[in-house]
Amino acid sequence: MTSTTHPHTAEEAAVPEAAADGLVLRGVSKVLGGKTIVDDLDLRVAKGELVCLLGPSGCGKTTTLRMVAGFLGPDAGAVTIEGRDVTGLPPERRPTAMVFQNYALWPHMSVFDNVAFPLRLRKLPKAQIRTQVEEVLELVGLTHHVRSRPARISGGEQQRVALARALVQRPQVLLLDEPLSNLDAKLRVRVREDIREIQQRLGITTVVVTHDQDEALSMSDRVAVMNAGRIEQYAAPAELYRTPATTFVGGFVGATNTLRGRLEGDAAEPVVVLSVDSGELRVPVGSTNLTQGVSSAAGDTLTVRPEDVVVTDLAGTAEASAVVDRIIPRGHFTEVVLLVAGSTLRAYVDADAAAVAQPRGQVRIGLRRVLVYRDGRLL
Amino acid sequence: MRRASGQTLTAVLLAVLGVFILGPLIWLGVRAFATSWSYPSLGPDGWTLSWWQAVFDDPNLKGSVVLSFEFALVTMAVSALICLPAAYAFARFDFPGRRFFLIGLFATNAFPKMGLFVALASLFYTLGLMSTFSGVVIIHLLGTVVFMTWIPAAAFAAVPRAYEEAARDAGAGRVTVLRTVTLPLAAPGIVVALIMSFLASFDEAQGTYLVGNPDYVTMPTQMYSLVLNYPPQVSAVFSILLAIPSAALLLLVRKHVMGGQLAEGFQIR
Repeated sequence: MTSTTHPHTAEEAAVPEAAADGLVLRGVSKVLGGKTIVDDLDLRVAKGELVCLLGPSGCGKTTTLRMVAGFLGPDAGAVTIEGRDVTGLPPERRPTAMVFQNYALWPHMSVFDNVAFPLRLRKLPKAQIRTQVEEVLELVGLTHHVRSRPARISGGEQQRVALARALVQRPQVLLLDEPLSNLDAKLRVRVREDIREIQQRLGITTVVVTHDQDEALSMSDRVAVMNAGRIEQYAAPAELYRTPATTFVGGFVGATNTLRGRLEGDAAEPVVVLSVDSGELRVPVGSTNLTQGVSSAAGDTLTVRPEDVVVTDLAGTAEASAVVDRIIPRGHFTEVVLLVAGSTLRAYVDADAAAVAQPRGQVRIGLRRVLVYRDGRLL
Repeated sequence: MRRASGQTLTAVLLAVLGVFILGPLIWLGVRAFATSWSYPSLGPDGWTLSWWQAVFDDPNLKGSVVLSFEFALVTMAVSALICLPAAYAFARFDFPGRRFFLIGLFATNAFPKMGLFVALASLFYTLGLMSTFSGVVIIHLLGTVVFMTWIPAAAFAAVPRAYEEAARDAGAGRVTVLRTVTLPLAAPGIVVALIMSFLASFDEAQGTYLVGNPDYVTMPTQMYSLVLNYPPQVSAVFSILLAIPSAALLLLVRKHVMGGQLAEGFQIR
């Protein structure tokens, strides 16, 4: 295993010992067109768990999914489903079912025939096919239009048909490739909640590929953030957001500020020291990830989430002051863009704190939680 | 005023075009039922079905009608058998020399046909294919290869891979995928190609005359002797007979041919 060199991959994020393995990828690599797309990847998905592969385009997440489905064979490594090695099996003999990005519903078959197709291949009796198709269509919430061609139903309904066609196979692993990317924003939220609910009700091991962090954070048990063919971090959504293992993850999942400065002071009262024209600006810090000593070294990266930037009234002091550049109402919060030590710092504040900030005015800032990275990795 | 004169001009041009295109066809149609019709009279002297009877009573002529259909059906089937797998390969796999072969298919159409046939004839003599059924079928196949490959290849290429993958994922093997997904979705293009092949074989005269004569005389080759040996009205009847399958089949697939299947067929890269 590569856990010694890559401390934040699958092995680190502990699954409860008792959890049975649903899907395991071991040392999987894939080279396409002379380019390494997936690089010695390890992933362990517990039975009944929903895991999102999250990453920018070209990070290898879809290639990984296609290797699980069997459309691509890995150049190295093994794919195991519920303890059975399926690496050499073609897609039709794998216990996986996939929901394709564009749904790939066969246009020459009705909705019913699309869903019945996998059962007809299994040569089930007609009556049984009928019952099972009706059951699964009801499960996904599609009871009319059953005799329509896919082209005649809406995108949301097509999505449900695609899901039904996958579920009717009773797969051991359900695969979804960007399942919501073709839906409009409102529908997306509803469908992802529906998918999550159905997945939990059936207790089906599920892997979802997405580039949308909202989607990943809101529907997963765990998220594997991928970059350049590797998993950067594999963790539960809250942990992933709270403690990004690398600067890449911090930048990709949620917004983050990078501070050009150093962390010092004692463990009880750490400060971030930023150099400004008039000397040094000392910004108080609530907590950091450093446990032993709170000083950062030169070359370390300091990050802070916008919601961890505290904006308060100057209250007579000139200390730790920042200039308000812009105020952007964002609905349930206000984004205040500050100029501090020559660079911008974004703060997400509530209405009360926003009242303190006036365009071009000065405010005092504090940082609730600062993370220190060395060579891109969380210390 | 200007608008009206423009419309008049358009109407006149359309009329001229109509006469130019439809005139010979109407003349042909009338002539097939006319007892006699010669200059300077404007219409035929009388009407008769005897020319049709003459054609169907003459064993030579009737035989050529049957033979033409036989050749067309056999050519269509053999061409499909050879070309459809090739079309699928062109659409789905990237192999060395793919473009060379794809463009090379046009070579048979690029040469003057007669030159190609004469060269082939000498080859056929050595192979003992002259005046044989297979020899004529081979000649007919040459004219169908381009349609039978390019049009279905475009039709196969237009079937998204995800449809095939979804079927594999659902548990179908390669053959089942081809039968249940790929072929039904590519069917319109394949049907157009089948009909084009049928017609190409049905209308082929030069090569058939060279290789098949005098043992295998099809309708188009019969036309050569018809003009000399029969009353002119018989050739009119024969022309109509020759045109019926073309017109009927093209009407049948008008939607697909007009709908761009044919145009799409030549867009594969």
